[in-house]
Amino acid sequence: MFTALLIEQLLNGLQLGVMLFLMAAGLTLIFGVMGLINLAHGSLYMIGAFACATVAAATGSFWLGLIASLAAAAGVGALIEVAVIRRLYDRDHLDQVLATFALILILSEGARWVFGSFPLYLDIPPQLQGAVPLPGGGQYQLYRLAIIAVGIAVAAGLYLLISKTRLGMRIRAGESDREMIAALGVDISTLYTVVFALGAALAGFAGALVGALQSVQVGMGEPVLILAFVVIVIGGIGSIKGALVGAMIVGVVDTMGRFLLPSLLALTMPAAQATTIGAALASMLIYVVMALILAFRPSGLFAAQS
Amino acid sequence: MNRILAASLFGLSLATSGLAHAEPVKIGVITTLSGGGAGLGIDMRDAFTLAIKQSGNKDVELVIEDDAQKPELAVQIAEKMIQGDKVDLMTGIIWSNLAMAVVPNAVAQDVIYLSPNAGPSALAGANCNANYFNVAYQNDNFHEAMGQYANQDYKNSFILAPNYPAGKDALTGFKRFYKGSLAGEVYTQVGQTDYAAEIAQIRASGADSVYFFLPGGMGIAFMKQYAQSGVGIPVMGPSFSFDQDVLPAVGDAALGVKNSASWSPDLENEASKAFVESFKAEYNRLPSIYAAQSWDTANLILSALSKASAKDKDAFKAALKAADFKSVRGTFSFNTNQHPIQNIYVREVVKDGDVLTNKIVATAFENHKDAYAEQCGL
Amino acid sequence: MTRETTINLLLALLLLAMPLAAAGLGEPFYVTLATRVVVLALAATGLNLALGLGGLISFGHAAFFGLGGYVAGILATHAFNAEPLVAGIPGTTSMPIIWLTAVVIAGLVALPIGIISLRTTGIYFIMITLAFAQMIYYFAISWPAYGGEDGLSIYVRNAFPGINTTQPLPYFLACFTVLMATLLLFRLVEGSRFGSALQAARQNGTRLAAVGIAPFNIWLVAFVLSAMITGFAGALYADLNRFVGPSMFSWHMSGELIVLIILGGKGRLFGPVAGAMIFVCLEYVLGGITERWQFFLGLILLGIVLFARGGLLGLLSGKPRHA
Repeated sequence: MFTALLIEQLLNGLQLGVMLFLMAAGLTLIFGVMGLINLAHGSLYMIGAFACATVAAATGSFWLGLIASLAAAAGVGALIEVAVIRRLYDRDHLDQVLATFALILILSEGARWVFGSFPLYLDIPPQLQGAVPLPGGGQYQLYRLAIIAVGIAVAAGLYLLISKTRLGMRIRAGESDREMIAALGVDISTLYTVVFALGAALAGFAGALVGALQSVQVGMGEPVLILAFVVIVIGGIGSIKGALVGAMIVGVVDTMGRFLLPSLLALTMPAAQATTIGAALASMLIYVVMALILAFRPSGLFAAQS
Repeated sequence: MNRILAASLFGLSLATSGLAHAEPVKIGVITTLSGGGAGLGIDMRDAFTLAIKQSGNKDVELVIEDDAQKPELAVQIAEKMIQGDKVDLMTGIIWSNLAMAVVPNAVAQDVIYLSPNAGPSALAGANCNANYFNVAYQNDNFHEAMGQYANQDYKNSFILAPNYPAGKDALTGFKRFYKGSLAGEVYTQVGQTDYAAEIAQIRASGADSVYFFLPGGMGIAFMKQYAQSGVGIPVMGPSFSFDQDVLPAVGDAALGVKNSASWSPDLENEASKAFVESFKAEYNRLPSIYAAQSWDTANLILSALSKASAKDKDAFKAALKAADFKSVRGTFSFNTNQHPIQNIYVREVVKDGDVLTNKIVATAFENHKDAYAEQCGL
Repeated sequence: MTRETTINLLLALLLLAMPLAAAGLGEPFYVTLATRVVVLALAATGLNLALGLGGLISFGHAAFFGLGGYVAGILATHAFNAEPLVAGIPGTTSMPIIWLTAVVIAGLVALPIGIISLRTTGIYFIMITLAFAQMIYYFAISWPAYGGEDGLSIYVRNAFPGINTTQPLPYFLACFTVLMATLLLFRLVEGSRFGSALQAARQNGTRLAAVGIAPFNIWLVAFVLSAMITGFAGALYADLNRFVGPSMFSWHMSGELIVLIILGGKGRLFGPVAGAMIFVCLEYVLGGITERWQFFLGLILLGIVLFARGGLLGLLSGKPRHA
């Protein structure tokens, strides 16, 4: 029975990791290409979830909702890039932090204005309801397996996009030498808008997928935002591969910590104490891991460039 | 500068009020009107203003401010209301941690505070105060009721709550009356949104039932994920995850779940029926328990105002303590620590047409008192 | 006297005159509001030392702010309950002792955090300081001994010999004096050899190393000093609210401190003061007008960062960038 539980928890860690990857990929791409710290990335996640819930409620189709989430997040992303973000590329990180902090306030309250104050309903599509048996006697939720599959597909797609396509070539060029590609006649401002919208779409997509599992409400993006930053910092900022590895580390460490720490502590102290202290330590765990990694590798595991 | 809703704006006529004391009274309402938890505060505010409006009492002046669910901001607003607006009474706070930040200082400045929702144990026992009235519940109460009810059917329950004081109050309350064994006791991270790891533990634990206290978005996430996990062990909770504010977001996953509360929209008494009718007519939605408690708070204040002036603190407190109003909860009175003595019901989530709501299936406790009153020196 | 010095003097006078007038008019709440400005300005002045002078963007200064607050809360609670703290040491309600303890504790905690964090640079530094603050935040929420998420109430404001701190105006004057003394210290540090080295380290760490000064040590001293000032402010904030809670450790708080500095003007002596004045006023005025106040607050902040580079002081003194 313990093996089955272990497998299930590993899958849970993997699924959390995949979700974080969708968020982190956009963040790290935007930082890598434009050098921008975007605190408002979590708001795009929220917008994706709201769009999906609204369209799914109106049409009865989760799949249309999913498309809407991509469109809405990419659209809002492009809009704020053109209106605000564009003016921040040549500023220092401080101004970027303040401006995107302001965007969080605007987008959160704006969303509440449009969608109301109560959490929205969004359910898993009927095709993906239920659970499937696992080797070892356990069961696992089909939808979470689907999320893992989608996440892997997106990772592969991003890899192909960046290594094989013309857009990817420009993105890579933009990461290594910004002036050069402008000199080569690439329309850099359009490239930036496209990259930002792509990152936003990934965040919105993640929000819609997770929205079916969680509560679709204002402020849902913020906890994920902080975790996504942990991911990209562990992985090395600007590196998609780093984001993938970092996401897996954070996903598995967080899930396993919550699962194992209380029972490990219970070996040495009374059960009631072990559960509270274990829970406290588990919530600190990923930050401890991050500090340890940065203490030994100050630019993360896969630093893109020095 | 202030959002002052003078009740006279919508007052009907003075003739209906039948008021003995025409001195104006100023009530400060601090509640959560922005951010993720705004739904609860909005229900609170809407019920409160509606009750004042229906009373036709033109001498009540409300000062309503948003705390954005931030303790420091709540403290600042409280200072402003006490020192600047010079309010006579305060009410409105939804969350325990905000109440802990505001209430001790407010009552120390001789302002009367009436709690429409939170009831931390720290304010119910040795630190109770003559200026503090809890019109809602002591935090343990609903959990105690569910622990009592669980004894009927279950012997091996798995319990979980967030790792903060209200969460510990909750599980302590449940265990105070639950006699069976525990298949597991888990404290989750505050604000956690993914419960896959905990659900896996529940599946492996061999429990015959699950009891959880996860307010707000946490509970919505848990219920949706639990329903999909295929675990299938019966779930119980306090009303917070099964009330009118969150039921639409949880959806059919909540159908059939037993939950405990001091009130339900189908409660058979005239005050309750009239309240549900007028709330629906005014706002076009069903009221939540937060609305019900807030409605009672407003009516309690109105009843005391008809007996004494709010400026005469001692007489006014005595009038409040008499609890001489028609509660939507039926019988309602104050214990020595000025916390409620009330029935706690077990409700079941049902579908009424297209709308998910609750109906009462049992009474867990009649005239229930909290466990801390003896430590209170009042 | 430069234009900026004149503006600084005017700001200091305004900050002092407003609460005096409010107290005279019998509006004690505005004294409390001004005290809030002063305490937040002090916290941001601490950060300004690391961030403005040293270029160290710490996104985790809430950790030190909260630590200072909890020192005040914990010592006062032990004194209130007459329980010894550890090993027979009693709690205290004496502000001088609390302040000293808060400053020392913040410094002691900042030392290891600084040693580890300063191995990184740029966005990694921003994020690792955030990580340390988050660790302490989650610890504070889940540690049951001192209230967890509910925090701690300080039932009677702590005492300062010779001052009636329970009254708003004397407490304001005490905080104002601390702020002015700290600003003086800031000016002295800025003008000292250490300050020059710190600013040189911000502009070019390698060049500094070439002349035989290790930028790491300079930065570490600045970071610890900065944390101590912010910790001091935390202790004052606790007594102002008569409450401490884990939200003092949250990343929103760290963000707010950064916002204050940028609003006022980064690296400028009175930047945090101007920033705190704008921010608290905006929060208060907008909060009174509409429940959508956060939306408009966001719009205004965005407008300031986009169109008023160098913050309020940059705008007023006519020099957009601080050299």
